[in-house]
Amino acid sequence: MSEEGELTTIRCTIDGSPHEHRCHPLTSALDFLRYVAGLTATKEGCKEGECGACAITLDGVVVNSCVVPAAHLQGRRVGTVLGLSRPDELSALQKAFLECGGAQCGICTPGMLVTGARLLEEGERLTEARIREHMAGNLCRCTGYGKIVESLLRASEEER
Amino acid sequence: MRLVGTSAPRAEGEAKLTGRARYVDDLPLTDFLWGLTVRSTIPYGRILSVDFDAGADWSGVTIVTAKDVPGKNVVVLLEQDQPILAADRVMHREEPIVLLAHRDRDRLWELASRVRIEYERWEPVLDIDASLALEQRLFKDDNVFKAIRIDKGDVEAAFARAARVFERTYETGLQEQAYIENQGMVATWDAAAGRLEVVGSMQCPYYVLKGLCPIMGLAPEKVVVEQAATGGAFGGKEDYPTILAAHASLLSYKSGKTVKMIYDRVEDLVATTKRHPCRTRIRTALDASGSILAMDVDATMDGGAYCTLSPVVLSRGTIHAGGPYNFENIRVESRVVATNTPPNGAFRGFGAPQTIFAMERHMDNLARELGRAPHELREEYLLRPGQTTAFSQNVGDDVYALDIQREAVARTRFEERRRECEEFNRSSRWERRGIGLATFLHGAGFTGNGEVVLDSRLKVDVTADGFVQIYSANTEMGQGKDTTFSQIAADSMGLPMARVRIITPNTARVPNSGPTVASRTAMVVGYLVQEACGAVRKALEAHAGRTWRDPDDFASLAAAHHRERGALEGWSRYEPPPGKVWDDKVYRGAAYGAYAWACYVAAVRVRLDTLEVTVESFDAFQEVGRVLNPVIAEGQIEGGVVQGIGYALCEEVKMRDGVMANANFTNYIIPTFADVPEVKVHFAERPYPFGPFGAKGIGELPMDGPGPALASALTHALGVEVNRIPATPEHLLELLGNE
Repeated sequence: MSEEGELTTIRCTIDGSPHEHRCHPLTSALDFLRYVAGLTATKEGCKEGECGACAITLDGVVVNSCVVPAAHLQGRRVGTVLGLSRPDELSALQKAFLECGGAQCGICTPGMLVTGARLLEEGERLTEARIREHMAGNLCRCTGYGKIVESLLRASEEER
Repeated sequence: MRLVGTSAPRAEGEAKLTGRARYVDDLPLTDFLWGLTVRSTIPYGRILSVDFDAGADWSGVTIVTAKDVPGKNVVVLLEQDQPILAADRVMHREEPIVLLAHRDRDRLWELASRVRIEYERWEPVLDIDASLALEQRLFKDDNVFKAIRIDKGDVEAAFARAARVFERTYETGLQEQAYIENQGMVATWDAAAGRLEVVGSMQCPYYVLKGLCPIMGLAPEKVVVEQAATGGAFGGKEDYPTILAAHASLLSYKSGKTVKMIYDRVEDLVATTKRHPCRTRIRTALDASGSILAMDVDATMDGGAYCTLSPVVLSRGTIHAGGPYNFENIRVESRVVATNTPPNGAFRGFGAPQTIFAMERHMDNLARELGRAPHELREEYLLRPGQTTAFSQNVGDDVYALDIQREAVARTRFEERRRECEEFNRSSRWERRGIGLATFLHGAGFTGNGEVVLDSRLKVDVTADGFVQIYSANTEMGQGKDTTFSQIAADSMGLPMARVRIITPNTARVPNSGPTVASRTAMVVGYLVQEACGAVRKALEAHAGRTWRDPDDFASLAAAHHRERGALEGWSRYEPPPGKVWDDKVYRGAAYGAYAWACYVAAVRVRLDTLEVTVESFDAFQEVGRVLNPVIAEGQIEGGVVQGIGYALCEEVKMRDGVMANANFTNYIIPTFADVPEVKVHFAERPYPFGPFGAKGIGELPMDGPGPALASALTHALGVEVNRIPATPEHLLELLGNE
């Protein structure tokens, strides 16, 4: 995997900033973010696309970065939790998570926020059923999900 | 009091929401090696040889085997039966044998497959029956890690005069904690200073410290353990982190480099501890009118290959086996046995969910047998003030069992909905509906004299610029301890939360305030926070000759104290509540300082073609002393209930040849957003005098109720007794097939 000859250069934007790093093309996008680009905000939970802790957006589409090869990031827009807030202000969704108790241990939270923010972008009035369906690929072991549903409902109201 | 009782936002919330929180795998490290564990591929046998394939490139690889352990090759816990690395024999699949470290993680994976271990295979003992039959002697003479007996009244005499005996057997399976952050640890051995530093994901830094010293042959002052942000634990990071910390330390000791070990999901699932499986048989002596004369409970847990924490898991399980009932005559006999499977360990509830499942199912089945509604039969036997538990504790006035069940039954319209379900079932061809309940208690804090033995201490100090700092070994793992401690301290000092800081749990900086387990943190340690703050407050007021008006005034008084008298700190130390006596020899007395009382009501809908179960509603009623922070407390209950729904319905660890066969999240199914309803949480509050501002512990409580409540609802829906969990569709098919 680490033979120098196999390395390729990946150019993409991450949360709006241009990035250029060399890595093996089959490195996962998750490892690329965490270990190559040094952006550890995106978390690993299962490494098989089941838990959603590593969720990012790729040109606006939510994907599990643990099962996407880094080569797929070439020339594309990557969105992580780091792009959701300004340096000194939380987004409406992050504020709602804070108020409603949407985060406990916090390890699933970056993925929850990325997946939830995408749902909010659709701009429709959210219902509990719609949230539960959209978020079903993101596992949380602490909250039992109710407070995350509440966080999304509150953020949706705030944004309207 | 301005903050306790409010939903103050999570103290560390912003760091978690912005991705800034540093979990162990996020720590910035330079010049480190990755570590990897090579594990046994058989459940039981002798290690004949360990060879390293000469065809592979081993340059730059650090190799550690049992021979490299500088101290004693033993994990010191309750017994000393477990080696940190297997030397001559293996007792279970996935037992660590060889450790490897290298700069390149991918190369490590390749090299692991080039370590050749030859074994002489022995016939393994893989379940409770084989263990009790002594097919092999795995632990001492009888394969029993611990046996306990509780006796109240005269059970034999009651059975002798019984008109009939009602007997059933109940089973609960293994359950995986499934914290989303896998176990991980970073160790740095500083040879020049002779000092070891470990940082990682853990519940109990002082447990890790205590475990490391004998293995590394180091004095406690030469070892520092620090908790990194921890992504969930649920008991799974109580004892296992000691093992991982020791492995990383051994590799660092030999290589001289910092070593980082992070499990992936598969390794975490196959190698680390799970909830003990349990089989409980209950016999009830009934008189001619159907009154209960006596209960005879017999429970057996599977502890796995080494003792670990099994005796204390069994203890909590045994004590909770009698439920919240006053039976005149009751006997509980229990044991936890050795098998050649990975050791089972701590998991939220710690033995209680297993025995409570049995007792609650049994009360339900008895009611059904006697033609009575489940809540009615329970009402007769629920503890009243002044009555005694199975372990002969007079509960005095601290009893809320009847009140909480009555409230739950009334507010969920339990009786009416039972009739509605039955009516529905008469007319529906394709579906069945049912509603059920479970009533239970959960003791908070260490069992028996455990808190006295822990002898917890806590420190608070005030900085010269007026910040209150809490020094405790208790860890934040999602349960909200940083927030509730801050609320308690802020109110004790009459300051806003922004004036309180939590010192990172690091054994060089914080006193040992005990482990973060057993629903003890908010109640037992929170009380120590309140007391230490009281001491600081008194000292500062005495020095100033007055109290403070506001935070700025406080800061100026603190500054004056620092100038004139030096540092300002206050200590507290655990003292047992007065009059609480426990006799460990006969297992009688005040098993816990306080109990939370609960009644959970679940409703289900079952499709008859697929036997898919939908949880239609879930209501959790509990009396918890005082709610410190409603959002955090509700979050604890909701999360625990959903873990309990998984335990009851879908979380099945499939063991094959002594190892988890479905070791990934594709095949070990924990509930998703789509699998659970809104969990409705209802608190009753009756302040407990020895908890901070009246709070009791609630962390484990919600794990106890969902299993029996859901099995009760399924029994109501399907008309067959559901006495085993997880009640998967496959299991329900077996049950219906037999009818």
